[in-house]
This record gives sequence, C-alpha cells and structure tokens, in this order.
Amino acid sequence: MSDPLLKIENLHVAVEGKQILRGLNLTVRPGEIHAIMGPNGSGKSTLSNALMGHPSYLVTSGTVTYKGQQIQELPADERARQGIFLAFQYPTAIPGVSLGNFLLAAVRNVRGAANVKPLEFRKELMACMKDLGIRQDFAGRYVNEGFSGGEKKRVEILQMAMLRPSLAILDETDSGLDIDALRIVAEGVNRQVTPEMGVLVITHYQRLLDYIKPDFVHVLVSGRIVQSGGPELALELEARGYDELLRTHGADAAPVVAGA
Amino acid sequence: MADASTEAAIVQQIRSDYKYGFSDAEDYVFKSGKGLTRELIMQISRLKQEPEWMLDIRLKAFEVFKSKPMPTWGADLSGIDFDDIHYYVRPSEKAETNWDDVPEYIKNTFDKLGIPEAERKFLAGVSAQYESEVVYHSIREDLEKLGVIFLDMDGALRQFPEIVRQYFGTVIPMSDNKFAALNTAVWSGGSFIYVPEGVKVDIPLQAYFRINAQSMGQFERTLIITAPGSFVHYIEGCTAPVYSKDSLHAAVVELIALEGSKIRYTTIQNWSNNVYNLVTKRAKAFRNAAVEWIDGNLGSKITMKYPAIFLMEEGARGEVLSIAFAGKGQHQDAGAKMVHLAPHTSSTVLSKSISKDGGRASYRGLVKVLPKAENIRSNVRCDALILDPESRSDTYPTMDIGNQNVHIGHEATVSKVGDEQVFYLMSRGLSEDDAITMIVNGFFEPFTKELPLEYAVELNRLIKLEMEGSVG
Repeated sequence: MSDPLLKIENLHVAVEGKQILRGLNLTVRPGEIHAIMGPNGSGKSTLSNALMGHPSYLVTSGTVTYKGQQIQELPADERARQGIFLAFQYPTAIPGVSLGNFLLAAVRNVRGAANVKPLEFRKELMACMKDLGIRQDFAGRYVNEGFSGGEKKRVEILQMAMLRPSLAILDETDSGLDIDALRIVAEGVNRQVTPEMGVLVITHYQRLLDYIKPDFVHVLVSGRIVQSGGPELALELEARGYDELLRTHGADAAPVVAGA
Repeated sequence: MADASTEAAIVQQIRSDYKYGFSDAEDYVFKSGKGLTRELIMQISRLKQEPEWMLDIRLKAFEVFKSKPMPTWGADLSGIDFDDIHYYVRPSEKAETNWDDVPEYIKNTFDKLGIPEAERKFLAGVSAQYESEVVYHSIREDLEKLGVIFLDMDGALRQFPEIVRQYFGTVIPMSDNKFAALNTAVWSGGSFIYVPEGVKVDIPLQAYFRINAQSMGQFERTLIITAPGSFVHYIEGCTAPVYSKDSLHAAVVELIALEGSKIRYTTIQNWSNNVYNLVTKRAKAFRNAAVEWIDGNLGSKITMKYPAIFLMEEGARGEVLSIAFAGKGQHQDAGAKMVHLAPHTSSTVLSKSISKDGGRASYRGLVKVLPKAENIRSNVRCDALILDPESRSDTYPTMDIGNQNVHIGHEATVSKVGDEQVFYLMSRGLSEDDAITMIVNGFFEPFTKELPLEYAVELNRLIKLEMEGSVG
C-alpha cells in the first residue's frame, strides 16, 4: 500500500469558541476518491475550511499530515503551493479583479512564476474554459461577480484544472447545480483525476456520487466519522436518511468512540 | 519636534519608502526669501516682464488673500506657516523646447522620473515644471500646425496676452477661497492649452510638476480652452523630495469646454508626505460639451481638492472619477462639485477611497441644481474601504436641489477588506499581502481602467508599494 497522501488524526476544530470537529480520523491515499457525507451542521464545511487553513477555524488538537508533513499550522497560501485545493461551496466575489488576471497570479504562485509563460498560460486557460463550457469572455469578467450559482461552480473547477492539485477538496460542489451543469462539472473533475491525486468529495446528497465515483464513503455526524464503507453506503444513506445516525451519534446522544 | 538625529532617521525612513524622495542641490537663478510681501509680488511680475494688468490682478488678489481667514471646515491646516515658505524659485532663465538645453541636474531628475521616455513613447506633448517655472515644454509638430497651443502659462501670457486676459480668473475668481487668492497673487508656471475648433488631440498631453527645495511653495496656474467640437486629454503628475519641513502646493486649474467639445483632465498626485496640496479645480462646460476629471490622490500630507464642473448650457455633461489613498499621517479630503445651471444637463461622480495605518479619507461633495434647471440627471457614488481599525473615512455630501423635475441618485458604502476574500485568494496561493493588494487594486479598478495603459501599470505599482508590509 502506498504512503498516505493525507492523514487526519484525532482532529478537533473550533469556530468562534464552538467545538465543531471532535476527533476526526481519515486517511486518503494517492488515487483514492473519498466521499464525506453528513447532515447539515455535522461539520462538513468546517472540515474543508480547516484542511485549507482558514484562520477562523482553530485546530484545538490533533494533526493533519499531508505528504508526510504536518500542515495544521501552515497558512492557506502555503498549503495551496504544496498542492492542496479547495473548491468552495460559496465562492467569494472579488470586484474589479478579472478572472484571467486572478488565475495568472494564482498559477504563478502555485507553479512558480518562472514556469508560467503568459502566452502558454492563455492557451491553456482557453482550452480549460472550453472543456468546462465557460465562455471566453469570462476571462475578462470580475471573479465571481454576478456569476450564477452554476457559473461559480464551473469556475471553481476551472481553477482546479489550472492549479493541478495533488489533493482536491470539493465542498458541496453539487449544490445549486441543475442536472446538466452537474454533469459538466463532474466530468471536468473526472478528467483531472490522476493516479497520484487524492480527492475528498464533501456532499449532503448522493446524486453527485453518480458522476464522481468514490472508492470510500464516510458519514460525518457531530464532528466525527461514525460510519465508513464503500460506494454502497451512499445509496443506503439516500434510502434511510440521516435520522437514525443522528439519534445514535448526534450531539444529544451519548458519547461514543468513533468507528472507522 | 524630536531631536535632530531622530528626525533625520524618520526622514530617512520615509525616503526609503518613497522612491521619488531624492533631491537636487540648489543652483538657482533666483530664490526668494521666506514670506510673502507686496514687494515680492512686484518683483516676480517684473522678472516675468508681465503686462501691467496682470500685476494689478496679483496685487488685488494679495489683498483678498490677506483678508480671508484660514478655512476651518475641512482638513487641519493649522500647520501651515505662511511666513515659512519660499514663494518664488526660478531654476533657469527660460522654458526650453530642446531637452538638451535644460540644465543638467534638472534633466537628470526628470530622467529619473521617466519623463523624456514617456514623451517619446506615448505623449503628444510634455511640459515639465521645476519649482516655480516650466523648464521644458514641447508639442508634436503636426498638432502645432493644426493650431494647438500648449505652452507654459507665462509663455502664453507673453505670446497670447489677449486670450489669457479674456479667460484668466473667469472660472475661478480670486475671491473664491483663500488659496485661490494666494495662487492668483503669486502664480507661476502651469500649462496653457488651446485646442482650435474641430481638432481632436488623439493622444495625451502631459505636464509634470516637481518641487525640489525645502519649504517651497508651488503655485502653478493652468488654463485649458477647447473650441467647439474639439477634444484634448491632459495628464498631470507630481512628486517632491521628502523633507522634515512642509511644502505647499496651491494650484488653480480652470477649464473651459466650449460647445460640443470635450476635456478629459487626469491627475496622478503623488506628492511626498510633507506637502500640503490645496488645489482649486473648476470647469465650465457649455452646450453639449463634456468635462471629465479623473483624479488620483496617493501622496501629500493633506489634500483638499474638489474638482468642480459648472454645467452652463443645455446638454452639458460632467464626470468626476476620483480615488484617494490615505496612509499613515495623511488626510485626503477630496470630492467633487457639480453645479447644474441649465436644463438637460447630467453629472456623475464616482469616488473611491482607501484609508490605512491611521490615514483619513473624506469625501466632500456638492450637487447643486438651480431652480430653472429642469430634467437634470445626477448620480453620486462614494465607496470607502478601511483597511484597519486605526483608519478613518467620512462622507460629507451636500445636495442643494432647486427643481423638482430631476433624477438624483446618491449612494455611499463603507467596507473592510473581507476575511473571506483574503482567504479565497490565499487558498489559490497568493500571500496575504498580495491578496490584500489584489483586492485594493480591484477596488480602484473603475478608476484604473480609465487611465492609459502605462499609467494604469504605474498606478498599480504605486499601490503595491503603499501596500507593502501592510500585514503585521
């Protein structure tokens, strides 16, 4: 078995003094796609923000090891440069900054300025945009400003394509997408997945997993992974709902030692 | 004031942050002592060999200046000591039209500022003012043949006294405010532009203003007249060395856009942080004429400047697009005035300010509509971005609307750089500094995109310099 790409051990994360993740363990190896499913408020977005290094998400204990190195203290830009990428659930608008200029700055920072030639960058950008069905004029539009929900999600996947991460975290990438957009976005992700890469798909619903096939599915409840399995687990959850798991593992339930 | 060694250290520190802060040794033809007297004004006028009527205007204005109290409604001007200023410094005998004839040390300074290079690359004409006088001016030959006049103001007074006499002080009377009166009394240098009927000057004319001496007062006077159907874009830039003693820059700029003509006036003000920048700028726009003030304020200790447009006749349009960057120890009190004197006139104001490290940015604006002016459209928008809790932003809008049949819009926003924006950019590999700089550049983008490319690049670079080390 290859070395883990990402190893999360006993991770505790607090936001504004409130403990959200309470002892999360997870290991992702190169080439694996893991789905994290869970009800609202279970800590899914906290996990993605904490992995990317959002300063408001405080790691109170536990470790995050990426490519053999502990990263829980690193700022977000350093993590990005080491190959971690987060596709945001709610991408932020940056008024006055064109998508093209923003991506050029991002790609230069991640790949190193010397490795990015403007002309080649432009070619690559145009090709990636075409693949994702994003019109060329979007390169001149301000980042996420006035974009529809679907456009924002496509542009997140465009950024992923340009930054070529080793670990991609997709946070509720399916939310706000109609079925056609979902398919385009999922195909975009699938094209990018390589045997060296790990993917964490964070989702409330099973439907995204029809398009991006996970190797493992984990259920997150009240800040811990309470159940893990193969793709069939997602279908089970879809049929059963989260109620039963919430009764057993929810915040009001008796403390348990997390499985998995 | 702190002891000399500390003061020197502070000045040194500022110098190292501000790349235009170097200074030349003084080798001047004439330098007045400190303070302003009637005799000095007469001496200036004599040195310039001016007509009698101009001396009369100067002396009258001097009386007005003395009679007017220091304005107290805006920024704090109590640090200005009128007796501690050199009012007239003549660096050379005349304004040269051949770069080679400009004194060597002045040439070196403008070389460092990139002026001759800019002229070669993308300007139709250049004027360079050093202390009180324009030391060099040029204009593309084909424009000269079309009758375009681009001179220093003193040269215009010698060569075209009748035009100057017809328009001088007609847009901004000497009694307008204390600093307009002061300028009228001691004015020297500045630009004079006349564009004949139907001539469109396709690429910009630029003036560059440089203060070199300590405790210097620079009082340039600019007058631009566009004849019917003509167009000109004029750009001005300014810098000064860093001294521990303050200098004063009090310019007067008058624009006259005749029927169907258009003037765009772009300023990139980057004075060092020891300059009081108190400038009166006003335009008159006649039938179907358009005036645009594109006003960028980055430098200075205190700036008070409210470019105004008087919309004189039907169909006139006015636009002010301004940015202000107030850093440590700076107060940018800037804004716009739109006065609608005729029906079917329109105005737009977009003001964007950033305050940082305890800096203060204020928007002070006026929209005035006279009772007989119907069918007016006016839209004012001011956005302020405050980068830290020590900094401050204020908005002082005044609306004086004398007619019911108008469309007036006013919107003001104050925001901080959002943590989510910074995180988003950092998650794409940008450092925190670069992320904030990118957000700030984006905030100024509506202004930057109106600049010629070379200036937009330069402005973004200046903002990056201002932003460096902002994360602590």
